[in-house]
Amino acid sequence: MSHHHVVIIGSGPAGLTAAIYTARANLQPLVIEGEPSSTSDQPGGQLMLTTEVENFPGFPEGIMGPELMMRFREQAARFGAEFLTEKVTAVDFSERPFRVHVRDREFTADAVIVSTGAQSLMLGLEAEGRLLGHGLSTCATCDGFFFRGHEIAVVGGGDSAIEEATFLTKFASKVTLIHRRDALRASKIMQDRALSNPKIEMLWNSTVVELLGTDKLEGAIVRNTISDELTTLPVTGLFVAIGHRPNTDLFKGVLDMEDTGYLVTRPGSSYTNIDGVFACGDVQDHTYRQAITAAGSGCTAAIDTERWLEANTH
Amino acid sequence: MADGIVTLTTSTFDEAVASSDTPVLVDFWAEWCGPCKMIAPILGEIASEQAGHLTIAKLNVDENPDIAMRFNVMSIPTLLVFDGGEVRKRLVGAKGKGQLLQELNEFLPTSR
Repeated sequence: MSHHHVVIIGSGPAGLTAAIYTARANLQPLVIEGEPSSTSDQPGGQLMLTTEVENFPGFPEGIMGPELMMRFREQAARFGAEFLTEKVTAVDFSERPFRVHVRDREFTADAVIVSTGAQSLMLGLEAEGRLLGHGLSTCATCDGFFFRGHEIAVVGGGDSAIEEATFLTKFASKVTLIHRRDALRASKIMQDRALSNPKIEMLWNSTVVELLGTDKLEGAIVRNTISDELTTLPVTGLFVAIGHRPNTDLFKGVLDMEDTGYLVTRPGSSYTNIDGVFACGDVQDHTYRQAITAAGSGCTAAIDTERWLEANTH
Repeated sequence: MADGIVTLTTSTFDEAVASSDTPVLVDFWAEWCGPCKMIAPILGEIASEQAGHLTIAKLNVDENPDIAMRFNVMSIPTLLVFDGGEVRKRLVGAKGKGQLLQELNEFLPTSR
């Protein structure tokens, strides 16, 4: 068992910004950063699966997502933040000090900052488990390379779907963007990029209902949501970018959350319903969900934590 | 090979995998893959902890696409474990150290 002033759970832009600020405030935070995975639920968070980040202030030429996150981490480490590359398995916030479990290890903390982020939703189809990594992918930047000259598809209509589709045109001969509505939800600049790309073809009002292939993906059956008509799309690759869900399973019945699972924070702050537990980043934000807003809220959580500790310890 | 990980290429792959005294785990990776970077240090640790029991090797898919294609690698990181020159296990996607060791259990000495 070891005790820390502050334990930060999660290591995306929010958690690492909270780590930089609490470390500089001499609170020697422990960051339990998560475990490597090929989904966005991993150390560094969602940016680990992106390529060029063009809208993070201070990088006029853009920066690669993973590199940006490595820099966040180095900056936190420079001021003494400690890192544990594992996943929290349980929390006990019923009394102070708070307890955070990583399998059979226990950490106690005067304050906890929750920044576990959100992870990509999957389609929920039966064949998904079998075909993941065999044509079905959660990471365009990892797997796009293997579809040079192939016809592939991306499911989704938001910024990340378009970013993936645009990126994949570097390799694929054709990218079909399958979207369940008749208009994109993505920002104007991303929409223009997709609609003007000759390799991207839009398939509106459509959802994927079945994946074909045993050992590898051979196609997808798509249903038109207006006519109910089924068509088979002969694609060898399918990339899913249909949105996110917050990583809050650990906090069910403990921290107040919305029906959708997002943590509720007191307006204008990072306070949760438990005094001494703070939340920041995408885990409590379904509106903005940007690296810069996550980082901003991580800073808020660090300052809230620092002031709360000053008033509540000793 | 300072970190105990053997770098394989198209020209060394077959010989290295077939002639090894221990099972060989080959990490199919590339520079542009974020999750690949995250598991590299874990594989380095396993390489030194399991030296003599399991050989850890890596193959850059960018530079050696023919080998990646031969083993139907369509997603990275993919880890293939070869024993006696044959693929015995296929692990797709990055994993934490605990989970990885559990998956590799059958290739490691029981007294671990």
